[in-house]
Amino acid sequence: MISKEKILYKTAEGALFLSALFSVFITVGIIVVLLFETIEFFKEVPLIKFLTDTQWTPLFEDKHFGILPLLNATILTSLIAMIVSISFGLTIAIYMSEYLKPEKRMVLKPIMEILAVVPTVVYGYFALLFVTPVLKNIFPDISTFNALSPGIVMGIMIIPIVATMSDDAMQAVPNWLREGGFALGASKFQVTTGVVVPSALSGIMASFILGVSRAIGETMIVAIAAGQMPNLTLNVLEPMETITAYIVQVSLGDTPTGSIEFRTIFAAGMTLFILTFILNIISYFLKSKYRERYK
Amino acid sequence: MQEKKLINVIKDNFFPVAGAIAMFISLGVLFVLIIDVFKDGLIRLNFKFLTSYPSRFPEQAGILSAWVGTVWIMVLTALFIFPIGIASGIYLEEYAKPGKLKDFLEINISNLAGVPSIIYGLLGLQIFVYFLKLDRSVLAGALTLSLVVLPIVIVATREALKAVPLSLREGSLALGANKLQTILYQVLPSAFSGILSGVILAMSRAIGETAPLITIGALTYIAFLPTGPFTSEFPFITLAGLKDFFTVLPIQIFNWVSRPQKAFHANAAAGIIVLLVISLFINFLAIYLRIKFEKYMRRK
Repeated sequence: MISKEKILYKTAEGALFLSALFSVFITVGIIVVLLFETIEFFKEVPLIKFLTDTQWTPLFEDKHFGILPLLNATILTSLIAMIVSISFGLTIAIYMSEYLKPEKRMVLKPIMEILAVVPTVVYGYFALLFVTPVLKNIFPDISTFNALSPGIVMGIMIIPIVATMSDDAMQAVPNWLREGGFALGASKFQVTTGVVVPSALSGIMASFILGVSRAIGETMIVAIAAGQMPNLTLNVLEPMETITAYIVQVSLGDTPTGSIEFRTIFAAGMTLFILTFILNIISYFLKSKYRERYK
Repeated sequence: MQEKKLINVIKDNFFPVAGAIAMFISLGVLFVLIIDVFKDGLIRLNFKFLTSYPSRFPEQAGILSAWVGTVWIMVLTALFIFPIGIASGIYLEEYAKPGKLKDFLEINISNLAGVPSIIYGLLGLQIFVYFLKLDRSVLAGALTLSLVVLPIVIVATREALKAVPLSLREGSLALGANKLQTILYQVLPSAFSGILSGVILAMSRAIGETAPLITIGALTYIAFLPTGPFTSEFPFITLAGLKDFFTVLPIQIFNWVSRPQKAFHANAAAGIIVLLVISLFINFLAIYLRIKFEKYMRRK
């Protein structure tokens, strides 16, 4: 006989399972939506043109569909952001994990994380109206819209991600490893750079990669401060348009569904999704690697 | 000999000094940002600014439709993510058996947390706006944002459940309660403030999200409010507002920043002050709840 309780129990478990499955539907939804419009896009634009054409002008009369200018801007701004966030974030993480007392650490960590709470549109404002004018004193020929200023600001936003994740990784390094180092006569600096950092390396790398993924997908800072002009250049003082900024630009206009202009944002979105997907997965496995090692 | 000592002194002090400087600079930037925004925006911030619609004339423009839209979206998003986020968290932490399925679900959520929010905007545009024909409505916006922040709630729920001691579960099971009863009457109440802190953290992220809402086509100029939820006729409550167009604070700020006129930048700064105060307040609330939860768990 099946009791009433048993039915209730099974129903509850089923409902919980469906909720957990919901996140799989989201991923499937994203892939289907992007794939559907991207396939339509590539019926009109050959893949080889998309990857090699050096111009991106879908909104003009003379249409070109080369993703390179957008990709170049995305990579350049992310590169600047990572230089800032890795140098600052890792130094802060080492300081917090190895040199600060636990009580101070517990206070400083949430304060650092405020940097990640500030809405990105606020950072955009800051980049355009404060950082760029300041940079003008150093680089007189910097444009109002440029890659350098939003790159730096994005890097500051990502510092807490690198700092807290690297700190977690170093905290997971067991103390006997440090003690072994000290027992062999190594100094604090030698133990930190020679034992702790290498032991936590996979976790630290995971934080870097997650940071890159965040920088590539960041939208508002670059949409506000880097400009909306596709520009294939390595000069970070010039305006350029990232993949994300392009999607915003099209979304703000009135582009009819089904037109090639409309489909470009899905092709651009697909490029973005593939890039971040690869990075997220690498970061996930690096993280689980160090978690397993020091369980 | 003397030189070698000097190098060691430098090495020993490198991380304390460099770390403190790096931390000082990062927090200094935050400080400068806040000062800069207050310097630019405080003059525009008054009661009229909060109660006026946007306008072509910067001095008359306000954020009424923007903050009302933000409240609508926030309330709905919270309603959507609360049940699904917590239920997924419970399943993964309490029911899922270690194996391929659990690994897959975990990788999936970890990846979703890293998908750029603008991609969720593209998803919302196709599924909610066009396929379900919700148009650029409040409902479509809230559903889209719910997807963006759902992973945060799931992860936080799992962390909170993980912190509940095994002894509490065993005690309940020993008294004859089944697994479901144990979760409902013992584990969830103990983990509640931890879960709540996760939901609030998700809200502090959602309130600043701009890109996904722009992508689903939320308008940047709205001079009306969604239909209010209360009516004078029976049943005194209406959901008509769900179908209305909307804008939110960060979109209004973005719109003003993108204009070349300086007067609009002051409006943007004033809007930023409001947005910053709200999102920092929500964030502190989440941190406070988390600290309280951790203390409570340590007593157990």
